Amino acid sequence: MADTPALARPASLRELFIAFTLLALQGFGGVIAVAQRELCERRRWLDAREFVDMLASAQVLPGPNVCNLSLMIGDRFFGWRGALTALAGMILAPMALMLLLAWGLGEASSLPHAQGLIRGALGGIAAVAAGQIIGTVLKLSAPLREHELGWPACLGLAALALALVVHWRWPLVQVLLSLGAAACLVSYALLKRQAARQAGPQA
Amino acid sequence: MSVPAWSWSPEVWWTLFGHFLALSLMSIGGAITLVPDMHRRLVQDSALLSDADFTGAIALAQAAPGPNVLFVALMGWYAGGLGGAVVSMVGIMLPSTTLALAVSRWVSVRRHWLGVRAFQAGMTPVTVGLLLATGWHLMPPLDGQPRAWGLAVAVALLVWRTRIRLIWLVLAGAALGALGVV
Repeated sequence: MADTPALARPASLRELFIAFTLLALQGFGGVIAVAQRELCERRRWLDAREFVDMLASAQVLPGPNVCNLSLMIGDRFFGWRGALTALAGMILAPMALMLLLAWGLGEASSLPHAQGLIRGALGGIAAVAAGQIIGTVLKLSAPLREHELGWPACLGLAALALALVVHWRWPLVQVLLSLGAAACLVSYALLKRQAARQAGPQA
Repeated sequence: MSVPAWSWSPEVWWTLFGHFLALSLMSIGGAITLVPDMHRRLVQDSALLSDADFTGAIALAQAAPGPNVLFVALMGWYAGGLGGAVVSMVGIMLPSTTLALAVSRWVSVRRHWLGVRAFQAGMTPVTVGLLLATGWHLMPPLDGQPRAWGLAVAVALLVWRTRIRLIWLVLAGAALGALGVV
């Protein structure tokens, strides 16, 4: 993306906590879409490439990827206190809200009409959530155009990963260990050659 | 079926805590990948949860705001009330959070190492594909719910191509769903 003014940073732990609470509360059916909007486009704490790189690490580690992502972002600005603050912002308010919702649904079980409405609304939200993830990922693929491996190779890798999971039903760990590892090895060779070329113009 | 919010049941809490603690480090790709395992432990083996509560927890967390891992809190809630919700979340998060923080610190100090750069460069396009697969699995079926499918596709295009506020899309989806349109 060409339009990248200087990046900002949160002023305090409080701002970090509020930012993550707000974005988590807007994230219906998953937080990645809102996180990308808020952190990259609105608050400008990260650029798109950093976001997708961090997400890649967050995805490989155990644990929910958005929670790992909040840990990394918080840690980057305020050390471990920032990491815990961002994670707490991501979890506390949505958890309280969700338990309240579950409690309300339990209370409403005697009202079949209200139940039907709520189930319908949840179904509609679930469809929107699926679309949000796909739209966000398509947007996140933009920085891949300047990727070291080249745009066509990136497209091919992404398509292959998608096909392995959706069509051949590979477990995620298997995709990471095979396709992921292969992509890393090729990148390593490529970066090494680049480094050698930059180091040795005098030869 | 579910227990009262304020139920005091330390044995149930311990059991929940132990199960989720054990599952945490296996949750590569998110806790959702462990759903079959959780079903075996909580529904089949220990009967802590009914089948309906189990699927209900996943569906509700999928639609409610916040990270999807909160379905773990809901399972704890249905099995052990408020205390169950808290210990389940702590159990699933504690090990993975500790590991993630340690690894990401190790990596950020070595950000310029060739190996680290190669790892990120290689994993990024694969991650994009994996996230697309997540979205794909959540899509409503085209032949079963064609209108919900159309809504999801329209949302994907809007999110990709415009800067429309995401909350409007969610509200529109909720309204269309409540009215029975999708």
